[in-house]
Amino acid sequence: MNKFFQRWTVFAGLVAVWQLLGWLADDPFFPPPSEIVTAAWQWWVVDPRNFTEHVIPSITRLLSGWAIASVIGVALGLLLGRSDRAMEYAGPLLVFLRSIPPPALVPVFLLLFKAGQSMQVATIVFGVIWPVLLNSVDGARSVDVTKVDTSAVFRIPRWQWVLGVVLPAASPKIFAGLRVSLSLSLVLMVISELVGTDNGIGSQLMQAQREFDYTRMWAGIVLLGVLGYGLNTALLAVERRALAWQPRSRDEQHA
Amino acid sequence: MSNMLEVADLGHTYGDYEAIGGLTFTVRAGELVCVVGPSGCGKSTLLRTISGLIAPSRGDVSLKGSHLAVVFQDYSRSLFPWLSVQGNVEFPLRGLPRAERRARAAEALEWVGLGAAARKRPWQLSGGMQQRVAIARALAYRPSLLLMDEPFASVDAQTRFELEDLLLRVRREHDTTVLVVTHDIDESVYLGDRILVLSGSPARLVADLEVPLPAERDQVTTRTDEAFVALRSKVARLLNVGGKPAMDVEKWAAAERESLSETVST
Repeated sequence: MNKFFQRWTVFAGLVAVWQLLGWLADDPFFPPPSEIVTAAWQWWVVDPRNFTEHVIPSITRLLSGWAIASVIGVALGLLLGRSDRAMEYAGPLLVFLRSIPPPALVPVFLLLFKAGQSMQVATIVFGVIWPVLLNSVDGARSVDVTKVDTSAVFRIPRWQWVLGVVLPAASPKIFAGLRVSLSLSLVLMVISELVGTDNGIGSQLMQAQREFDYTRMWAGIVLLGVLGYGLNTALLAVERRALAWQPRSRDEQHA
Repeated sequence: MSNMLEVADLGHTYGDYEAIGGLTFTVRAGELVCVVGPSGCGKSTLLRTISGLIAPSRGDVSLKGSHLAVVFQDYSRSLFPWLSVQGNVEFPLRGLPRAERRARAAEALEWVGLGAAARKRPWQLSGGMQQRVAIARALAYRPSLLLMDEPFASVDAQTRFELEDLLLRVRREHDTTVLVVTHDIDESVYLGDRILVLSGSPARLVADLEVPLPAERDQVTTRTDEAFVALRSKVARLLNVGGKPAMDVEKWAAAERESLSETVST
């Protein structure tokens, strides 16, 4: 309970200050949190149409983009990580591709996939694959020599080598990559929804801005924050279970 | 008695550095042979060539039967922390049906006295217990040859005695053929039926000695036995203990690094 208060005092304090300032200033650009939360509740949750037309599609995009990137990233990463030659060939290409800001590719994906779901998912995949991929490469390389030798001596089948040794050995790094990618997914989901679509949280945000409906705009921002927080918490819970075997995982884990 | 392992003119060079220079010896079925040599004399290279981890530059290694297990010195790295003790022992048995895998692992854990620790994680056990898990894993695999690379060099003296006796007991009970690589002269005499003494780099066979001690050994009485003391001194003289080191440390370290990077890339 103590810890709970410790963690949330600063947050609650800032909201309270904003609330106070919001009341005093009475500025249309910065409505007080109470109004924002009420609007968010009304707009996103109570109105079932907004929920199904905007919130659900956004979350679907985000999760499918992240999931596709994760699967490709981990598979490719483990492969590249265990082969020096493959990495020598692919390394420069990876660094080049990673350096391209994903939003810059939105027009390219627009051409390739037309406006809509697949273009948005493609943008997310391209943007978030790098942390997973590079962390998987790193993790796969970190399998220590004695474990490599042990596996070789016992002549275990290839699938057991990949799934039973390389993957678990790399999993702490993979999870670090997955977490970065998940928060990036949220960013790219919003960006991908800014053009060529009229559904999704991002497009609603833009629309509210254009219509000078600042309370609704803030409501969208708050929703994104809640979404990001919730997803990260969920992933952390999964990670804690998956990596429970780690001898010192408790101390090393970020708060 | 038939030969379990035959090594003929085995040699290995890293670049222009010769680590092993033409070794020929055999290990008979059911025998426990110790290989002793000065540190860095190429013992690890020998073990890696026999176990097939690196291909030797020349010569032949032929093993009767295809199964070979290795117990490494560094148990904490050799065991898989994400698997339970039971899971670690089952690790090399993937090809078998689940029930048989279970039974074999449980049995091997009983042999090393760790039946009660099956569900723990390796890192929850002491060093000596972890090395027992590694030994159980090797035994569960039913190897035709059990290779051990400085198996007790990372545990304290007390545990070391316990593990030595454990090894003697399980190999007697299960008629396992064992090749132990060590730099510890006392250990080689205490454990071995035969001792292969190697010279410094490149490793060459200096002597192949029978150990004239009864099969039943005891940490206190055996170590004070005249035959033990005599053989121990003989091996020490052969290894030129107290004399000048016969190896080029710099050269050896470079070669060792090379051999490591060789394995990493596979």
